[in-house]
Amino acid sequence: MTRRSLVVATLSGALLLGVAACGGGSTSTSPSGGSTGEAAAPAAADAFNAGIGKVFNPSDKKGGVIKFAISDDFDSVDPADTYYGFAWDFLRVYGRSLVTYKPAPGQEGNQVVPDLAESLGQASDDNKTWTYKLRTGVKFEDGTPVKSADVKYAVLRSLDKKTFPNGPTYFNDWLDLPKDFVSVYKTPDVKTDSAIETPDDQTIVFHLKKGYAGFDNFAALPGTIPVPQAKDTGVKYREHVVATGPYMFKSAEAGKGYSLVRNPNWDQATDQIRKALPDGYEIEAKANADDLDNRLISGDVQVDLAGTGVQPAALSRVLGDPALKARSDNPTAARTWYWSIIGDVKPLDNLDCRKAIQFAADKVALQTAYNGPFAGGDIATSLMPPSIAGHQDFNLYPAGADNHGDVAKAKEALTACGQPNGFAINAAYRADRPKEKQAGEALQQALARVGIKLTLKGYPAGDYFALYAGKPSFNKENNIGLAANGWGADWNDGFGFLSQIVDSRTIREAGNYNMSVKDPAVDALIDKAMTTADATARNGVWAEVDKKVMEDSYVLPAVWAKALTVRGKGLTNVFVNDAYGLYDYLALGVQ
Amino acid sequence: MVTYLIRRLIGAVVMLAVVSMVTFSIFFVVPRWAGATPVDMATRYVGRTASAEMAQVAAQRLGFLDPVIVQYGRWVKAIFVGADYDYGAGVEHCSAPCFGYSFLSRLPVWPDMLDRLPVTASLAIGAAVIWLIAGVATGVLSALKRGSFFDRAAMSVALAGVSLPIFFTGLVSLVVFSYGNPFRVTAPGSTYTPFEQNPATWAYNLLLPWITLAFLYAAGYARLTRAGMLETMGEDYIRTARAKGLPERSVVVRHGLRAALTPIITIFGLDFGLLLGGAVLTESTFSLPGIGKYAIDAIIANDLPKVMGVTMLAAFFVVFASLIVDLLYAVVDPRVRLS
Repeated sequence: MTRRSLVVATLSGALLLGVAACGGGSTSTSPSGGSTGEAAAPAAADAFNAGIGKVFNPSDKKGGVIKFAISDDFDSVDPADTYYGFAWDFLRVYGRSLVTYKPAPGQEGNQVVPDLAESLGQASDDNKTWTYKLRTGVKFEDGTPVKSADVKYAVLRSLDKKTFPNGPTYFNDWLDLPKDFVSVYKTPDVKTDSAIETPDDQTIVFHLKKGYAGFDNFAALPGTIPVPQAKDTGVKYREHVVATGPYMFKSAEAGKGYSLVRNPNWDQATDQIRKALPDGYEIEAKANADDLDNRLISGDVQVDLAGTGVQPAALSRVLGDPALKARSDNPTAARTWYWSIIGDVKPLDNLDCRKAIQFAADKVALQTAYNGPFAGGDIATSLMPPSIAGHQDFNLYPAGADNHGDVAKAKEALTACGQPNGFAINAAYRADRPKEKQAGEALQQALARVGIKLTLKGYPAGDYFALYAGKPSFNKENNIGLAANGWGADWNDGFGFLSQIVDSRTIREAGNYNMSVKDPAVDALIDKAMTTADATARNGVWAEVDKKVMEDSYVLPAVWAKALTVRGKGLTNVFVNDAYGLYDYLALGVQ
Repeated sequence: MVTYLIRRLIGAVVMLAVVSMVTFSIFFVVPRWAGATPVDMATRYVGRTASAEMAQVAAQRLGFLDPVIVQYGRWVKAIFVGADYDYGAGVEHCSAPCFGYSFLSRLPVWPDMLDRLPVTASLAIGAAVIWLIAGVATGVLSALKRGSFFDRAAMSVALAGVSLPIFFTGLVSLVVFSYGNPFRVTAPGSTYTPFEQNPATWAYNLLLPWITLAFLYAAGYARLTRAGMLETMGEDYIRTARAKGLPERSVVVRHGLRAALTPIITIFGLDFGLLLGGAVLTESTFSLPGIGKYAIDAIIANDLPKVMGVTMLAAFFVVFASLIVDLLYAVVDPRVRLS
């Protein structure tokens, strides 16, 4: 840098600081309040977990651009084709689903609130028919009014898994579709009113094959974000998603980055949940993970879009530096890291043999292996994490006073299962995930204390479920009795967390996430939960499911996941929304 | 000369064909040998709640249900005559050379690679200029001042340069020169400005990756040049040149360095060709959206068309660079004649 440019830079910096100082105001509101002022509140004092359960640095100041970066990328920005939690959080800035999760800190964020619809769904008595009324005045970014037909089209197109393979399949599985319907592209003339009706421009009615009392969670899926049929370009729609939210895409380059600017046709009067504070968003994809952490700390980037926490290299730095630690939060995710205990493999077809593994496991060593209490999580005693509605605390397999395992009880269980000297099995893990390898080694050492010989087998993460541990025949042939696993909720109730990982009817030839739970009693409880209308009673049934899975001992829970995240410099309205386990991207502003 | 060129070009085409077959086999045949069915393979590319029927649909969409030889033939054919692609709302023609569509992003691979090529080329060219100048100059000076403090210091630094991996030197340089450092001399990593947009910003943003990458290569080139120069400067014809009264500069540059350059050119051609195929570590460390980053992301994600495309591109650059090098031999060293 030349002397002259140094002087210019110094003067510019001083001027900017002066301008920023002049802009400091005192207005602050709650995140759910309306926009009442343009002045920024003074920056709040940093404190550890200041963004958990409360709003950090509340402000209504508009303007500025928020810089996001991510070491990975969106699976797609097309609402029909995305299954990433961060994507579901972020896409609310450009798309409006029928209902969504309340932008509020903590558990309040799990509450489903109307968005494009005027109210939550009206259910028929058997919970098979759900009706939503759309708000009037909502427009696409080109000024065209949004109609119920646009929502119907969006849901129907999302069913085409040949074109949109990534998204969830709940609508495919539950809507009462005619047999001859293939997709909106291949069979556009087939009547689909048996599945979705639009009696008028503001009303949409969903018909299900069987009743589901929690359908509002389906209506909150990105698939209900309206798509104008005339603008639908199939796979290419991701290159320019037509916005209904306060922001629209200026550019969208998969694998490189995305830029969003204000949508001139978004009307605050039609929107109860968005404040639309920044002027836009810049997202950089495929950033180096360690570089991203450093830039987040320095302030060059403000949000790690994935929100999965800092890398090991930055972890000790953040925890060891009080100033940095004060800029961090340690939210609990709706995710559990666990090991499937596969009953297809002898002698694990015996309940007592499975119990022996539960008692012998060293829970502290497992927690350490998963990166400790801050970046790994809390020691888990059941499958369903605490952030899921209806979670009940219980521990069927106490691991001793120090959580290092109960060797005596493990040996008792081994004797009961007819293997007093232990047995030998293989354990699968994802070879390119060091934490799973460490966890496997921790289990290996702990189980060896009671004579259970564990041989670790690493498999590539990309094929782990498709070709290896997710394939029942592979597990049988290779004596895989334990397999590292992990699951995050689609939404924070029992169905959103458990339905894909404990229902034996989801098990297929390959690609299974449920590798071990095969119990008709569990399946029956799941069916009961589906049709239980009262939310509290329903949550109670899901807790029963959780308990039954643990009684069966098909799952060895390791940790309920947590992440250490850093709040970007200059951000306002920062809080973790439990619905996503991430900062609520809808609420963020910038000073 | 023409015969030589034709022979080399045929060899290059055969080489590329072999590379394509081996790569295709690794990703499409080996999993089958390991017991994976086409539907199993397709399960990688569907959402986590997809049913068996949906995995079957994906297998059909990706062409996995066809025999592997048919899949390979289709891939080769698309390179020469293009292919039609169903994107849901319609069918589009992917013009030759068509390297297929990403299994994940569903974008055509060839334009994607072309889009990233300027980033990798910018990185490779800038770094190559720096390492050639710094490496060769240091090597020559070290050879001429053999045993001096400069020689020892330069070779120690060179040893460090060869030994330290890019992801270490890259991250250290970012910490020192970037990340909010008030005295930072370059923009934070992952900033790339196209040359045509602003040449000054292009160069400024690439300065740190250039220097980091060049440090690794310059070290090797310095040691190679030093060794070559030491050997050459002891040759009889150098003594003869000096005896004839030629100026020392002329002896060193025209007679010493020129002869010592042959192995440098060989290794440079291969290094440069490899870099054009993707500077994986440098691009990953600095988050530069080039071919190398594209390759590593594709491999991690099992995105087979991208892996195939980037492998072929890298192989092309290496084969092409080695051909250029062979042609340059005749220019640099009069003893070599192409026949």
